[in-house]
Order: sequence, then C-alpha cells, then structure tokens
Amino acid sequence: MLAMRCDRWTVLVVGLAALLALPVLTVFVTALQPAGAVWRHLADTVLADYVLNSVALMIGVGAGTLLIGVPTAWLTAVCEFPGRRWFEWALLLPMAIPAYIIAYTYTGLLDFAGPVQALLRETFGWSRQDYGFPEIRLLPGAALMLALVLYPYVYLLARAAFLEQSAAMLEVSRSLGAGPWRRFLTVTLPLARPALIAGVTLAQMEALADYGAVQYFGVSTFTTGIFRVWFGMNDAAAAAQLATLLLLFVFTLLVFERLSRRQARFHHTGQRSQRPARLRLQGRWRWLAVGACLIPLLGGFLIPAGQLAIWAWRTAPGMLDQRFLHLAANSLLLAGGTALLILLLAVLLGYGQRLRPHPLVRLAVRSAGLGYAVPGTVIAIGVLLPLAAIDRTVDGWARAWFGGSTGLLLSGTLIALLFAYCARFLPVALHSVEAGLTRIRPSMDDAARALGSTPHAVLWRVHLPVLRGSLLTALLLAFVDVLKELPAALILRPFNFNTLAVRTYELAADERLADSATFALAIVLAGIGPVILLSQTISQARPGHDPLP
Amino acid sequence: MTPFLDLIDLDVAYPPRRVVSEVSLQMPCAGIGCLLGPSGCGKTTLLRAIAGFEPLQRGSIRLEGVELSRPGWTLPPEQRRIGLMFQDLALFPHLTVADNVGFGLRGWKTRERQARILELLRLVGLDDEARRYPHQLSGGQQQRVALARALAPRPRLLLLDEPFSSLDVTLREDLAREVRGILLREGTGGLLVSHDQFEAFAFADEIGVLHEGRLRQWDSAYHLYHRPADRFVADFIGQGVLLPGWIEAGGRVKTELGELDGAPLSGVAPGDAVEILVRPDDVIHDDASPLRAEVVERAFRGAEFLYTLKLPSGARLLCLAPSHHNHAPGQAIGIRLDIDHRVMFRRETLIA
Repeated sequence: MLAMRCDRWTVLVVGLAALLALPVLTVFVTALQPAGAVWRHLADTVLADYVLNSVALMIGVGAGTLLIGVPTAWLTAVCEFPGRRWFEWALLLPMAIPAYIIAYTYTGLLDFAGPVQALLRETFGWSRQDYGFPEIRLLPGAALMLALVLYPYVYLLARAAFLEQSAAMLEVSRSLGAGPWRRFLTVTLPLARPALIAGVTLAQMEALADYGAVQYFGVSTFTTGIFRVWFGMNDAAAAAQLATLLLLFVFTLLVFERLSRRQARFHHTGQRSQRPARLRLQGRWRWLAVGACLIPLLGGFLIPAGQLAIWAWRTAPGMLDQRFLHLAANSLLLAGGTALLILLLAVLLGYGQRLRPHPLVRLAVRSAGLGYAVPGTVIAIGVLLPLAAIDRTVDGWARAWFGGSTGLLLSGTLIALLFAYCARFLPVALHSVEAGLTRIRPSMDDAARALGSTPHAVLWRVHLPVLRGSLLTALLLAFVDVLKELPAALILRPFNFNTLAVRTYELAADERLADSATFALAIVLAGIGPVILLSQTISQARPGHDPLP
Repeated sequence: MTPFLDLIDLDVAYPPRRVVSEVSLQMPCAGIGCLLGPSGCGKTTLLRAIAGFEPLQRGSIRLEGVELSRPGWTLPPEQRRIGLMFQDLALFPHLTVADNVGFGLRGWKTRERQARILELLRLVGLDDEARRYPHQLSGGQQQRVALARALAPRPRLLLLDEPFSSLDVTLREDLAREVRGILLREGTGGLLVSHDQFEAFAFADEIGVLHEGRLRQWDSAYHLYHRPADRFVADFIGQGVLLPGWIEAGGRVKTELGELDGAPLSGVAPGDAVEILVRPDDVIHDDASPLRAEVVERAFRGAEFLYTLKLPSGARLLCLAPSHHNHAPGQAIGIRLDIDHRVMFRRETLIA
C-alpha cells in the first residue's frame, strides 16, 4: 500500500521533517558551489592540517576511550570487588562535564601558576628554569581531555555487551580448557566487538564535533577551521565546503557504526541463560580493580569538578551578581523553552509516524533525526545561510515597497538559535518519545475504546500516564544538551545575548579560568541530571535491553 | 423474534482492497460463536467491524435489533457495549490489576465499582492479585485479567480475537472452556476469532468458516465436519481425502472400494464423475475384508494409529485403527468403507 493519504498529519510530519533537515541540506548545496579563492587558499595551506589533526584526534580519542572504557566495563560487569556497585554508576559521571570545561580546568590546574606546579616548586624549592613540565595544550592533551569525558560511551555499550554474554558460553570455553585470560581474549572481547566499535564511533563523533576544547588548545581541526573561515574570512561557501568535508567524516563513522550494530543484532542469539557468578577478585587484584576504576573517575570527574568547586568557592562572591543571575535566567529560559519546543516536535513526529505508518513518513522522520550526528558548527552554518537569505529578500522587498529596512528579522534573533537546537537535539527527544510510544500497542487504544473511552479520553487516561516517564526524560535530555552547547550558540546568539556556556568560554578565552568556574560548575551540576537517569536505566537493564536512553 | 446478532450482507474494505465480502450471519440468542479460518481470511477485520473500528462499505450490523453500523455511519466503539479481548491482551501497564478491571467502569459509584471489580476478580480467581501490576503476573493470569476487564462493564457481546493463541495447547483448551462457562454464567454473548478448529470446537456452539473474505458455512461443529458446504470447508475442517467415484445407472455411486450405501441420487446422469469425502473414521480396518490397501505411513496416537494407505489405483486414504492393530509400512491390510454421511462434490458444487 504505497498510496499516500495527503491529510493533515502527513503534510505536517513531512513538512516539519523537511524543515528540520534543511540545515544539513543547505550545507551540502552550498558546498556544491565552485571553489572560491578562500577555498583554494585553504586547500594550499591549512586543509592538510585540519585533516591530519582530526584524524589524529579520532585515533587518540578512540584508543583512549577503549583503554579506559573496556577494562572498567569488564570489571564492573563480570567481577566483584569493593565498591563495585558504586563504580557502576559513578563511572558515568564524566559525561556531565562538557569537553571545553574539562579542558579549561586542566589548563588551570597544570599551568605555571596552577596548584600542581606551585606544589612542586614549593616542595623541591625549584624555580622556573629548574624543571620542565609537559605542556598539556597540544593535540595529545586534547585527545586525553576528550577521552576522559567521552569514555562513558564505550563503557556503557561494552558493559551491556559483557552482561549479555551468557554463562553457558563462558562455561563451554572453560570446559574446553581456557583460563580466565584466554576466555577474555578469545570469547568475551570478540563477542563484544560490535558494541565496542559502536561506543568508540559515538565518542569519535563527539570528538569531531568538539569546538571548545580543541580551540582552547590551539589544535586546528575542521570545527576551528569553520569558525576561522566564517568569522575571519567571511566566506560562506568555503565554510560550507569545510563543513561538508567534516560531515563526510561523520557519515563515514556513522555507516561504520551502523554496520557494526547490524552485526550486534546477529550476535543476539536470544540466550536467556542465567548470569554467570561474578568473579570474586582476591588480594591485590581487588585493589588493582579499585584503582583501575578510580583513576578515570578521578581524572574525568572528581579532580575537574573539585577544582571547579574550589575556584568557584573563591571567586563566586565576585561573580554571583546581577549579571550572573541574568545569564543563568537567559540560559534556563533558552534551554527550558527549547526543550519544550523540541518535546512538542518529537511528540508530533512520533505520533505522525504512529498514525501514518507510511514509508515516506518514516523516511521523513528519520531524516529529521540526522541532526544529532551533525556537529553544532555545521548546523549553525546550515541555519544561518537560509535565514540570512530570507532576511535579505524580505529586507529588499521592504526597501523597494516601503522605503524602509526591516533589518535582520530571523538570522540575528533567537529564532535562529532555536531552529539550530531543534535540528540538532530533536533526535534525543524523538528516541525517547518513540521508545515510550512502542509501549502503547494499538490494541490498547482499541481496548480503551471498547471499554467506553472516547478517543480524547484514551489520550488522557492511557497515553499520557504511560508516556509520562519518556516525556520527562526527553525534556531533561534536551534541556541539558542545550544548556551546555557551545559552538552553535557562539555563531547564532543574538547581539548582547549571553548564556552560561558562552560566558564560560569568554572568561576562559581571557585566561580568567578561576572566574569562569562558577558558570562552568552550574553547567556541570545540570549535566548530572541525565547521568542519574542513565544510571537508573542501566541498573534496571537486563541482558538484551538497550541501556542507552 | 429479533436475532441477537444480525450481520446482513457485509462488505468491509481497506480501499482499494476488499477484505470481507457479502457476509451474512445470525446468532439467534446470546450464545457463543466462532469465526474460523486461515490467517488472512478476513476474520479479524470482520470482528473489528462488529466492534466498530472498521466502517462498512455495504450491509448492516444489528445487535438486539438496534443498528450499529451501515455504510457511512458507524456507532463509535465506546457506545456499543461490546467488549473486546485481544490476542496481545493489551493490558494497561501503568494500572494495577484492579484498576485495569475498573477501567471501563467510569461513571459508576465508587462502592458499586469496587464491588463489581471484586466480583469479577473472584470470578476469574484473581482476588488476591488485585494490587499487582500486569507484568508481575503469569501469562494465564494476564489472560484472566483481560477477560475480567472486558466483562466488567457488562457488555452485551464479547469479541475475542485469538486470545488464547499465546498459551500452550493444554492450557489453551482449558481456558477456552473456562471462559465459555463464565460467559454463559454472565449471560453475555461471545464471538471468538480463531484459526484453530479444536479451540473453536471447545468454545463455540456455532462456527463460521471464512475463506478469502467470504463466509463459507455457519453451522455447528458436527455439521461442519459431517456436512461441509464446499470443498474448502471439507478440507479445512478435520482430516480426510476426496476419493474419485462415478455415477452408475439408477443414481448409485460407485468407487474403487465398491458401491456406497444410501438412497439413489437424483439429478445426476450415469457416468458423471464425482469425488466422495472420506474421513479417517469412515475407513474401517477389517482383516476379513477382501479389499486390500498398502500401508504407506503410520502415526501412533496413543489409543489409535492413523494410517496413510495406498489403493491399487494409487489413490490415498486415511484410516484410524485401534492401536493394537500394528502394521509396518509396506504391509497390505484389509479395509472397508463405512460412510455415515455421504458428502460428494462434482467440480465445485455439492450434489448430496
């Protein structure tokens, strides 16, 4: 039945989806323009650096997240050691820290005036020329920072994969004479491979999208290049061409991830056997396990959050003024309003898909969901180009007919920012709403009708109560994502409109790291919300269930 | 007297595809019926039309003499007082067992509502589980909650869409019989949709066989088995083979196994080719019989063997024999025909 009913729902869903996919399409179309002078200049000079740095960053982040994520996942999934239940969720905490904030924090911690070097000097009586200290603000440092906050992706997926593996499988390999190490290397790890690849690609996608950390460390990647071309050289086409190249990287990763997930499904042989007993670690192995889990937790959360708290304690009295309240209100209103809008869109698209299960509708909704893979910088450019074109057209008309200028109606206002956030963060909310809707089978609607409920009553008495949790999750995730988003806000914010994230960035750029801590801490505290949600989900997760929200 | 349920010449379509065509049937009183057919025959669509979820293209649905559906007008499901039980049960996951059962009792006084919920939970034997949630119950218990929920608002008719198919075979027939008892006690009419004839036999007084959207026969189980209206029903209900035969002078019917008993046929000409429906219980294993057939296959069924036999002409027969008659494949055994209900087809038409 490919015949399509052109009714209100179909038009609404396809229209909304097309609107939300517009930024990415714009970038592609703009990139098709013939290469201008700026692009040729880029290609001759820095483009090779962008590619090499981005690839190096991806490799570094991939290796780092694997090195941290896999051992911690295996220890908490398979072994028993002191604090294991606590580590299970605490290891997710680094997710609450945006990459740019951890980069600022470690810079402040490790620079010459920072507490680490000061302590060394004090202890050993050194002065400046007596010692060499490794510089963190280089590519390896950036990769380390990103790995410290992105490893939870690998940890989450690897842990789920390890939990899924049946006792029978391990018992078979045991009966075939394999010791614990061989079991890990020949059975556990290969079986978890698709999950590991998926986790690493997610982390790498985030790393590619990062702007704040690499910019601060002076590492030239695609995102910093886009900023430079956009703000410094004012060349939209060249920026779009860079953005397209970045998207190519992202989509390659995405295809890779999809392929590995397909295999993951293949690996689900639906064994519902009982969980193997946890391996009880003895003696020093117990403390090694504790250490292996504690180090990433310290490096990725406790140290940076602690440092932020110390700085904030010192500087907050000076920072907590009228201006801070104003900024916080801005951020909360923006994040709250955007999250509500995103939720509304997600509900509309989710219901549209449910009520009109046509392949075209599904395709439209899928394409609206592309945004999450697309870095904020790219989305911002894709939003600004069409809105600016509309502004120019409207302004032209106004000048021709009324003799007055309308100025920037859309591109210079919050509408542009709202649009970009909807395009980028809708998928998170949509995923959650769709998951909730699958819990309401169509037969439940029919059952409620047959029991005397009008369609309206079905919505209030069945759908809303069943969906409530999913809707709240969607709202919270979108809220926090918007709150900590940096690059799109930098490009699209209206003149004189500031948020917590942008203020943190500005203060850090002025080397006022301690002063930025109050703002950064506010963002981190908000980011803990989703982590708590996630930790609840994984504590309820059973083998065969997707632990991601 | 007005019939309890009256379906008059129904057409239901998902345009452009017609799913149910020209279906008419009557349930004279609030008894228990079943729509039986292979998957895709339109039985669920017909049920949904009766419940009010699908509009009619043609015809009319009446319950106790009141019209519920006609082309262009469908009384909404919530106003029909027709209960529904689904294959996937569709229990509300956010409500307790008691709240699920009470879902359809909006507008009742609290005390009456509580009393009715308790009454139904007692009826299905779940009064101890009232405060639990559906996912904490076993499959059979969930089934009972769904039944109690559907019956709570005292529907006039309960529609059941293969509600037992997720259960294992023994539990399925037990529960079908139990639900039948509860429906009779509550005085509610029931209409079951099923693809399983044994479930239908255990549950229903009258059974309609549907095929490709058409009602082939609406009859008791006994008649469906022994007096099938056409080849499809003959083939679908029970086991059996169609044995070639021909008409002799005087309207007598002759087959490879001799002449059939019964009155001479009229309306046929000598030499007409026919096929006779032979059920496994029509073929008697008799060592003394001069008619021999070769055992091709045997299936042990406890009290009896089901033999697949090959006649000298190559035609196959099924034969039920008591299980002390043990013959290996390849052996020839004696048989004779003992057909009580003569069912014959010429091409597609029934002639006796």
